[in-house]
Amino acid sequence: MTAPAPASEALSGFGVGERGKVAGFALEPEQRQRLLEMGLTVGVQFEVVRFAPMGDPMEIKLRGYHLSLRKKEAAGVQVVRI
Amino acid sequence: MAATDPTQETARRVAIAGNPNCGKSTIFNALTGLRQKVGNYPGVTVERKEGSFHGSHGEPMTLLDLPGSYSLQVRSPDEAVARDVLLGRLPGEARPDVVLAVVDASNLERNLYLVAQLLELDLPVVLVLNMVDMAEQAGTRIDLEALRSRLGIPVVAMVATKGVGLVELRQALSVATLPRPLHRAPMPALFEEEVGRLAGTLPADAVAARAEAMLLLGLHGGALDELAHHSPEVVEAARAAQHRLRDAEIDPVSAPVDARYFWIQTVCDAAVAKAEGGGLSFSDKMDLVFTHRVWGWLSFLGTMALMFFCIFWVAQGPMDWIDDLFGWLRGVVEGRLPESDLRSLINDGVLAGVGGVVKFLPQILILYFFLGLLEDSGYMARAAFIMDRMMSRVGLHGKSFIPLLSSFACAIPGIMATRTIENRKDRLVTILVAPLMSCSARVPVYTLMIAVLLPASALWQKVALMLAMYLLGVGAAFGMAWLFKKTLLRSETPMLLMEMPPYRWPSPRSIALRMWERALLFLRRAGTVILALSVLLWALATYPKPADPQATRAEAIAQSFAGRMGHALEPAIRPLGYDWKIGIGLIGSFAAREVFVGTMGIVYNLEQETGDIEPLRDLMQAEKRADGTPVYTPLVCLGLMVFYVLAMQCVSTVAVVYRETNSWRWPLFQTAYMTVLAYGGALIVYQGGRMLGWQ
Repeated sequence: MTAPAPASEALSGFGVGERGKVAGFALEPEQRQRLLEMGLTVGVQFEVVRFAPMGDPMEIKLRGYHLSLRKKEAAGVQVVRI
Repeated sequence: MAATDPTQETARRVAIAGNPNCGKSTIFNALTGLRQKVGNYPGVTVERKEGSFHGSHGEPMTLLDLPGSYSLQVRSPDEAVARDVLLGRLPGEARPDVVLAVVDASNLERNLYLVAQLLELDLPVVLVLNMVDMAEQAGTRIDLEALRSRLGIPVVAMVATKGVGLVELRQALSVATLPRPLHRAPMPALFEEEVGRLAGTLPADAVAARAEAMLLLGLHGGALDELAHHSPEVVEAARAAQHRLRDAEIDPVSAPVDARYFWIQTVCDAAVAKAEGGGLSFSDKMDLVFTHRVWGWLSFLGTMALMFFCIFWVAQGPMDWIDDLFGWLRGVVEGRLPESDLRSLINDGVLAGVGGVVKFLPQILILYFFLGLLEDSGYMARAAFIMDRMMSRVGLHGKSFIPLLSSFACAIPGIMATRTIENRKDRLVTILVAPLMSCSARVPVYTLMIAVLLPASALWQKVALMLAMYLLGVGAAFGMAWLFKKTLLRSETPMLLMEMPPYRWPSPRSIALRMWERALLFLRRAGTVILALSVLLWALATYPKPADPQATRAEAIAQSFAGRMGHALEPAIRPLGYDWKIGIGLIGSFAAREVFVGTMGIVYNLEQETGDIEPLRDLMQAEKRADGTPVYTPLVCLGLMVFYVLAMQCVSTVAVVYRETNSWRWPLFQTAYMTVLAYGGALIVYQGGRMLGWQ
C-alpha cells in the first residue's frame, strides 16, 4: 500500500501487543501536561501491554516502564500505528 | 583534609527528592536508622519526616524525606510540599543546602524527568542511582562516568535495601563544597528569553527566580493555587509571556517537558546500554496471573480474605492477652486501693479507656503489615488497576479502594491512608464515607444484638445477618460517595494516570519501621482522645452519687448524669423503639462503639462480667417495657444494628478527620449526615416494619 502519511487514531482503540507512536493530544491542558510529564511526549513509542479484568483501564509500556490510564483519557491521545 | 566548610556552623541540610517507588524511604532509613522525627508540615496534612545522620568525617547532618513526586509542576498536596520546600517557600522550613535526588536505575528515563527539574533549582544535587542490581538483571548497563559528566553532578550507584553504596553516599554528601549542577536541559531560545524576562519581574528576594519563572510559564490555566502564590503583576507578566510564546508557535505547557525529555534522551543514549528483548520479565509473568480476567480476581479476593482472616482471627489471641493484662491490672488496683471514687476513676475511667485503645493495636499492626507488604511489593497498584472500573462508577479513583478497605479494621488508619489521593475533592469524599465501612469496634455490638435477635438460630443465619450489616455499610459508603460526587463535591471522575511499578521483594526492615511509626501515630491520635472521653464518660456515669449507699450499679447509673441524659434523649429515640436505657448505651458509645456492650452490662445490672454474652443476652431479652411488652423486639434489634452501621459514634475518628482536613467543617458535616442516615435507617426499619405488621 502506498499510504502517503499514516493516519492518526486514538490510543484507546489499540489492542494488546500493538505498538505505536504518539502524534498529538485532544485533551485539556491539565491532562495533557500530566501525560507529557509521565513521558508520553509527541514521538515517543509505546506498546499496549494489557487491559484490566473489567476492560478498563489499560496499561502501556513506554520509556522502559509501565503506565496505566483510562480509555477515556486514552481516547484523547492521538497515535500512529507502527 | 577539611571535613566541613568552617563558615558553615549548622548541620548541612539534605533533602531527599524522587519519584514514588524509587526507594527514597529505604535510603532515608538506612542513613538515619531510628533517629527520625515524624510530624506534619504546618497547616497541611502532609507527613514530614526528618532524621539526623553523620557524614563520613562524623559531621552532623539533617535529612528531610520529601514526599514522592513526579514533577515540580504539582498535582497533589504532597507534591506541593516537595516543591515549596525546594523553592524555600514554606514558612518555618529552611531551604535545603543539598538535594539528594534518588532515581530507580531500572526506570531511568522517566525518573530523570524530576531530576532535570531539580537541576534547574540552582541548588547542589547529588544523584543516587538506586536498585542498580534490578537494572542489571533486566540487562541495563549504566555507565556512571558518562552519567556524571552528562548531568554535571556527583552520581552514586546503590542497592539501598542491601546497604550497597551507603559509604560512597556518605562521602559524596560530606564533600566540603558541593558545586551547583554544571548542566541542565536546554530550552528553546525564545522560551529561555521569556524565562529570563519573567524572572526579572519576581521580587528581588525570590531565592530561585529562574525556577519559579519556569514553573509559572509552564502552568496551565487551571492551576490557581500556584498563581495565588504570586502577585497579580507577576501573574499578568506570565500570561503575557505565554501569549507571546503561543504566537511564536511554542506551547508553553509542552515545550519545557519536551525539551527535558529530549535532553534526557541524549543523556541516556550516552550512558545507558540496554540488552533488547529477552522475553517476559519477572513482573510481566507475575502480571499474567495478578491482572488476569479470572486469576486476577481470584488472587485479589484471596489476598483480601487472607488480610481479613489475619485481622479478625489471628489478632484475636493477642487481643485477649491485652484484655487479660488489663483485667489483671484492675485486680491489682482493687487489691491495693479501698473502694473509692479514685479507684473507680482508675479502673473504669483510665484503665478502661487505655485498654480499649491498646486492645486494637494487634489489628492495627496486622493491617499496617499488609498495607506495607502490598505497597512495597508493587501489588497495591494492581489492586487499584483491577478495582478502578468499579470505583469510577461512583466517581472515585482506584486509589480510594485501599483507604476504604482499611476502614474495615478501623476508620482512623483508613482516613490517614487517603493522603495518596491526589485530588482534594476525591480525598474528601473518601474521608467522608470511610467510617461507613463496618470497623472492628462494631463487631461486639453486632454480635450482641444478633445473639439477642436470633438466640436459637443456626450459625449460618447469624453469619448471614452479620454479613448483611457489612454489606449495608459498603452499600451506604458507595451510595453516599456517588451522591457527594454529584452534589456537594461535584467534580469529574479523577483522571487515572498510575505507574505500575515492577514487583519487588519488600524489605522487612522498612515494613517493620513503618508498622512501628503508624502504630505510635494511632496510639497518639486515637489514644489521647479516647482516654479523655473515657474519663469524661466515667464521670457522667458516676456523678451525682445516689443518696442510698446500698444502691445497685444499675440504680446508680440511672440517676447519674448519663442516666439523666438517657432520659432526656428518650423522646428523640422513642420513634426508633428505644428507651432511655438504650440512650445511655448510645451516649457511652461515643468513646468507642464496643463500649455499648459494657454499658448495657451496667444498665441491666449484670452481676458478673465474665466476657460471655449469654448472661447479658438473657437479661436484655427479659427486659420489659412499662406495659409488659419486651423492649428488644426483632425490629428494635435490627434497627439498633442498622443504627450502629450508619452512625458516626467515634470521637477519635472525628478528631482525626479534623486533623486531616484542617477544619471543623468536614468532621461536623460528616457527623451530622451520618447521624441523619443512622436515625433514618433505624426509623425506616422500626416504623416501616410495624406498618407491615411486624414487631
